[in-house]
Amino acid sequence: MGLKMARDTRVQNVVALHRFGLPPKLGSTDSIGDTRSALSAELDKPDAAQIKNNDLLSSGEAARAAFDFRQERKAARLAVRAQDEAEKQQAKEAGSSEDKPSAQRNNAAKPNPGPGLPQQIYLEESKARLETALAADTGFVERLVWFWSNHFCISADKGGVRPLCGAYEREAIRPHVTGKFSDMLLAVESHPAMLLYLDNARSIGPNSFAGLRRDKGLNENLAREILELHTLGVRTGYSQDDVTNFAKVITGWSIVPPRQSPERGGEFTFNPRMHEPGTHRVIGYDYEDRGFEQGRAILLTLARSPATANHIALKLASHFVADDPPRSLVTRLSARFLDTKGDLKEVSKALITAPEAWDANPTKLRRPSDWIISALRVCGIKPPDVRPILQAQNLLGEPLWRVPAPNGFSDNSAAWMDGLAQRLDIANQMSRRVGDSLDPVVIAQNIFGALLSNETKEALGRAESRSQALALLLMSPEFQRR
Amino acid sequence: MIHQTNRRELLLGSGALFAWAYLPRLAQAEGRDPRFLVIVLRGALDGLATVAPVGDPDWQRLRGENALTIDGAAAALPIDSFFALNPAMPNLHRLYKASQATIIHAVATPYRERSHFDGQDVLESGFTHPGSADTGWLNRALAGLPAAGRVNPKQAFAVGPIAPLVTRGPAPVLAWTPPRLPPASNDTMSRLIDLYRHTDPALASALEERSALSAIAVGGAMGDTSKKAEMVTVIPGAAVRAYFAESASAAAKFMSRPDGPRVGALAFDGWDTHANEGATKGRLAVLLAALDGAINALETGMGDSWKDSVIAVITEFGRTARINGTEGTDHGTATVALLVGGALKGGRVFADWPGLKEANLRDGRDLKPTTDLRAVMKGILKDHLRVEDHLLGKDVFPGSQAISPLAGLVG
Repeated sequence: MGLKMARDTRVQNVVALHRFGLPPKLGSTDSIGDTRSALSAELDKPDAAQIKNNDLLSSGEAARAAFDFRQERKAARLAVRAQDEAEKQQAKEAGSSEDKPSAQRNNAAKPNPGPGLPQQIYLEESKARLETALAADTGFVERLVWFWSNHFCISADKGGVRPLCGAYEREAIRPHVTGKFSDMLLAVESHPAMLLYLDNARSIGPNSFAGLRRDKGLNENLAREILELHTLGVRTGYSQDDVTNFAKVITGWSIVPPRQSPERGGEFTFNPRMHEPGTHRVIGYDYEDRGFEQGRAILLTLARSPATANHIALKLASHFVADDPPRSLVTRLSARFLDTKGDLKEVSKALITAPEAWDANPTKLRRPSDWIISALRVCGIKPPDVRPILQAQNLLGEPLWRVPAPNGFSDNSAAWMDGLAQRLDIANQMSRRVGDSLDPVVIAQNIFGALLSNETKEALGRAESRSQALALLLMSPEFQRR
Repeated sequence: MIHQTNRRELLLGSGALFAWAYLPRLAQAEGRDPRFLVIVLRGALDGLATVAPVGDPDWQRLRGENALTIDGAAAALPIDSFFALNPAMPNLHRLYKASQATIIHAVATPYRERSHFDGQDVLESGFTHPGSADTGWLNRALAGLPAAGRVNPKQAFAVGPIAPLVTRGPAPVLAWTPPRLPPASNDTMSRLIDLYRHTDPALASALEERSALSAIAVGGAMGDTSKKAEMVTVIPGAAVRAYFAESASAAAKFMSRPDGPRVGALAFDGWDTHANEGATKGRLAVLLAALDGAINALETGMGDSWKDSVIAVITEFGRTARINGTEGTDHGTATVALLVGGALKGGRVFADWPGLKEANLRDGRDLKPTTDLRAVMKGILKDHLRVEDHLLGKDVFPGSQAISPLAGLVG
């Protein structure tokens, strides 16, 4: 009996590490011990979620650099066109009917411009993010960053957002992952990347100064998604009027146009000229017009709402524990959220100490990006170029910072089952390239310990080569599920 | 297959060709400029299905319908009155007839257990026991050679820690990555599905649909012969052939350059044929054809250097003499080693044939080893690269002083 208990604790520690964190890095010699303490200690580190990299641009710098880059390209294109026109004119005047040489020259002279600056910034940020995950200790805090980044998702494919994706995550998500939900909410909803992604940057109050002068108006996109996706959750009792009024309140939450200000272009601004004046009623409360403070007050109300607590609790539990998590776990997390006024460190601790989160069997499929990063960690691969990793994520249907819709990538395992065959090909490629320099059986024992099934152990031992064994390890149920 | 390009672009580390940046000085002093390439077949090649002892009276009894014979639809290619070559290898057959190929049969490393990893470890490390060293015999042989000078210093950037064990060690190694790798093999796929079936049925069914397509691919189109199915059926074998040929061509290109590396190694996976071995049409036939294509690509790509070349094809151990219950073969002991190249005194089979009678089989199941693979490799290292005897018995193949280099392979 005592022996069985001891083994169960060992298995639970392994399950919990994979459930909340990332598999141990290649060469980490510590056996998996008291996972609760290790996860908790990572939460307690100051600036636990921050990326220390002085080379990365702030969102304002990135937006201005991208603006300058576009202007230069435009100017270069105009110059080429002007030259072409002039040459054509010359040729005409010279009476030559041959304008072929000129066309040929242009074709030959057109150099491959390479990735534009927005893409370069995107790649730099992707690399920094990957390196952070590969270096992380238990990986719990990174997992939380990914969770919140997906909860408050944006897309690089929306105009202007690409160069801002990394800065957005670093500025609006990371500082608050172990802080207050209300601070994260404010940082997110007033961030230029979000204002661009959900169109609020150009939402204009109909009765504002700008609205009266121009025939442009309100865009409800951000207001609706804040209520439906970011805070209360869908069908929690708010009405269309609430959405419209909330949208009016946050008119003027916008961005300094880069052409107007070389110093502050691309940064957040509250523009009173776009702001709808007046008191507005949102979900049972009247909010007086106090400029930016009016919208801020609504966000703070939303952050305190039991519906928000329940929504966040359900998402956390289904992300980390099970597609259909135990109701008691959701209640527990929701209560902790309300009790601590949305202290995310405390909510995260409640998650890792909840008995439901420890008892559950590993059923959730790792999401593709998570699986790729986990594979790189256990193989000890530190890719010099981030692009193949991004391509692998694209191939598996989870392109980085490029969600198909504002509700983010699915947290349901079934959504990712179809990609299993592609995962095998990627596992195969990774293993072939790491070659026979690793011992997959030893790795399996290090990362799964008592959780490693006899079937998997046997399959690895019988593989025809170490690289095949490694591919099988990366594809094993232990590695796919958590 | 739409995603093929993306898959190929997933370059994460290092690849298949490894070579040294030094020229062997002693051989050059004799006016030769020798090249030596080792091809490691991982997974254990069925030597009996590659070079079949068609003249052995027990052969057909052991293999039944799967026995290669010199008549019938897929007739083996006779090389003498006793042995015949798998019909998937016409290039090797042609080279044999031109005295540019040598076959060593009933050969084995000193390893006598049946684990792939340990077997490969012994094969590549050159030690008698697995886990003895992190260096390979080919590298240690090179490290012992006086070098005439460094070649191709510009390629030194590709030095990497992920070379196959046979090439690892003190001598500097260049690594080259083939631009594309084949998709996961059907063998890996079926092992994985088998694992899923026993542990996670949901994952099993998610993979099975694709596997069904792949099964058609290897077994030959059965059932659905629509155009789409045919397209799918062609690709896996073609991908293996393309990968082998591409790796071999690249190796030849590097090694034939005046300033190119002279010694290298390639590793090809996929030879663990436990089920549906398909010696004449099926998985093994596809692999052997790909290997034959690689040999052809080497001959073509080496150009004038072919006359100075020896290529050794080796594997960790052989397979059972009998066919098992799933139309395949299990881990065995002795197998074949294939040598090709213009520097060989070829057209010969070296085999102290142990016979296939029940009493002659090792443990009643395996072809009995009568030649030590180290003797063969020592013969080439000594006569082709001029590695000195005392190094061969001590540093290159430790503990092999009693095993004489096989003489007369080259020249």
